[in-house]
Amino acid sequence: MRFTKDHEWVQLDGNIATVGVTAYAADQLGDVVFVELPEIGKAVKAGENLAVVESVKAASDIYAPISGEVVEVNAALPDTPETVNEAPEQRGWFAKIKLDNPSEVDGLMDRAAYETYLRSL
Amino acid sequence: MSSELKKTPLHGHHAAMGARMTAFAGYEMPIQFPDGVLSEHRWTRAQAGVFDVSHMGPSFLTLANPSGDPDQDHRRLAALIEPLVSADVASLAPGRVRYAVLLNEAGGMVDDLMIARLPDAAPQRGLYVVVNGATKDGDFAMMAAAAGDAGRLRRSDDDALIAVQGPEAAAVVEAALPGAADLGFMTCGLRTFQDETLVVSRSGYTGEDGFEILAPKAVASRFYHVLIQDRRVKPIGLGARDSLRLEAGLPLYGHDADETVSPVEAGLAFAISKRRLKAGEVRGGARLTEELEGGLDRIRIGLRILEGAPAREGAVIADNTGRPVGRVTSGGFSPTLSYPIAMGFAPPALSQPGLRLNVIVRGKAQAAEVTSMPFVPHRYVRKP
Repeated sequence: MRFTKDHEWVQLDGNIATVGVTAYAADQLGDVVFVELPEIGKAVKAGENLAVVESVKAASDIYAPISGEVVEVNAALPDTPETVNEAPEQRGWFAKIKLDNPSEVDGLMDRAAYETYLRSL
Repeated sequence: MSSELKKTPLHGHHAAMGARMTAFAGYEMPIQFPDGVLSEHRWTRAQAGVFDVSHMGPSFLTLANPSGDPDQDHRRLAALIEPLVSADVASLAPGRVRYAVLLNEAGGMVDDLMIARLPDAAPQRGLYVVVNGATKDGDFAMMAAAAGDAGRLRRSDDDALIAVQGPEAAAVVEAALPGAADLGFMTCGLRTFQDETLVVSRSGYTGEDGFEILAPKAVASRFYHVLIQDRRVKPIGLGARDSLRLEAGLPLYGHDADETVSPVEAGLAFAISKRRLKAGEVRGGARLTEELEGGLDRIRIGLRILEGAPAREGAVIADNTGRPVGRVTSGGFSPTLSYPIAMGFAPPALSQPGLRLNVIVRGKAQAAEVTSMPFVPHRYVRKP
C-alpha cells in the first residue's frame, strides 16, 4: 500500500489501483454521512478531485492519488457512508483506477514514510 | 493553535477529555470530543449533554442610582435598553427571560440575545443579558453607550457559561443545584454552589429541555466537574451544538441573520413587541411594520433535501424552472432525521411547506422541499 500527503492510499494489483483514505484521514473527517463517487469511465489526473465526503459539519474533497481511468466504484458506500470511518483502509475504499502509468505509484510514500510524515504533522 | 485565542475557565477539562479544539469567536473551543459529532448529538437528544458556551457574552445591567423600589427600578432599567431592542422589556416579571433582537436604525439585526429580569430577591437586582460571542464587544459598546451615566454594564467574561441540555438535564441539574428544576422554560433564578451564586435559566439552543448556568470563575471548574461526573451526562462540542440548533430551527447569528436581515425576514417576528412597534418605539420600526403588513421580499425557510449531498451555507436555492431565488444560510446532515436539512432565504411566495424547490450543490440541482421549522419538535418544559 502506498500513501499521499493528502492521506489517500493506493493498493496496486497489476495496473489497477484501489484508492481510499487513510485511518488518519477518516478520524480527521469525523463521522462521514455522505459520499459522492466518480462516474465509471471518468479520466482523472493525480491531484484532481476524485470524490467528495461529507461529515455532519463539512464537505471534503478526496483527490486522485494517481492518473488513470475510473473502472469501478465502491457502490455500497453511498448507502453505508459510515464504512469510511469503520474500515477506511479495507471496506471503505472509494474507486479502482486503471493506471495510465503504473510507475507513478513508485513516487508515493510507503507505510514507514507515511507514518514518519504523520508524526511531523 | 494561536496563543492569541482566549481560553474559557473550563479549557483544562476539555483537553483532559481529549477534545479536538478549534478557534471560535476568539476562543479556543472544543469542536468535538472523542465520541464524535453524531454520537454527541444523539446523546443530547436521548440523555443530557453539557456544553461550554463561555465564549458567549453574559452581562448584568444595573442602575447607577437605584431607588430600592423593584418595579420602579425595573422600569428605569428597561427604558435604558429598550431603544436598542425589539422586545418589551418593561413588562418582564421578576425571574422571566425573553428572547430579543438588537437592532440597527434600519431594522437590521445587530445580534440576537436573551434578556432576563433577575428575581427581586436577588442581592443585586437588574437585567441579566446574554449576547453572542462573536458580536459581544460591539453589542456591549452599544448597550453601555445607551445606558450612559444612568446604568452600569458589568461583563461576565471571566466566568463560565455552561449549558445542560436534553431529557435528563433537569434531573442532572437538580442533583447539582437543588431547586433548579423548579424553574420553568424561560425563567431564571439564583442558586448557590459552594458559597458562590450561580445564575440559572431554563433555556437553551438545542430544542431540548435544559438550562444555561453562569458559574463564577472561582467555582466554574468544580461545578463543571460535578456535572460531568453524572453518568447521564457527556461533554458536547460545538459541532453537535450546531447540528442540534439546526434541527431545532434556531438561527445562528452571522449565518442565518446579519445586519441586513430584519427579524421579520429571519422569522423572528415573535421577538418584536407589537405594543412598542405600534407606539413607534422600535428601532427601524417603519421597515418592520411594512414587512409585517406583507411588504416582505424574503423570509427564512426550512428545507428538507430530498436527494444527494447536504446543501451548505452559500448553496443557491432555485425554483423548479432553475431560476435562482435565494441561498442556503446553514445546512447539514440531520442525525435525528437521517437526511440533510437546511435553512435559507426565499421569497414569501415560495415559503409554503410542501413546495418543491432545488438546491444547487457542486453544480448539480438536487430536489428539496420547503419544511416548517423546527425540523425536530421542541421539548421545552413550561410551568404555570
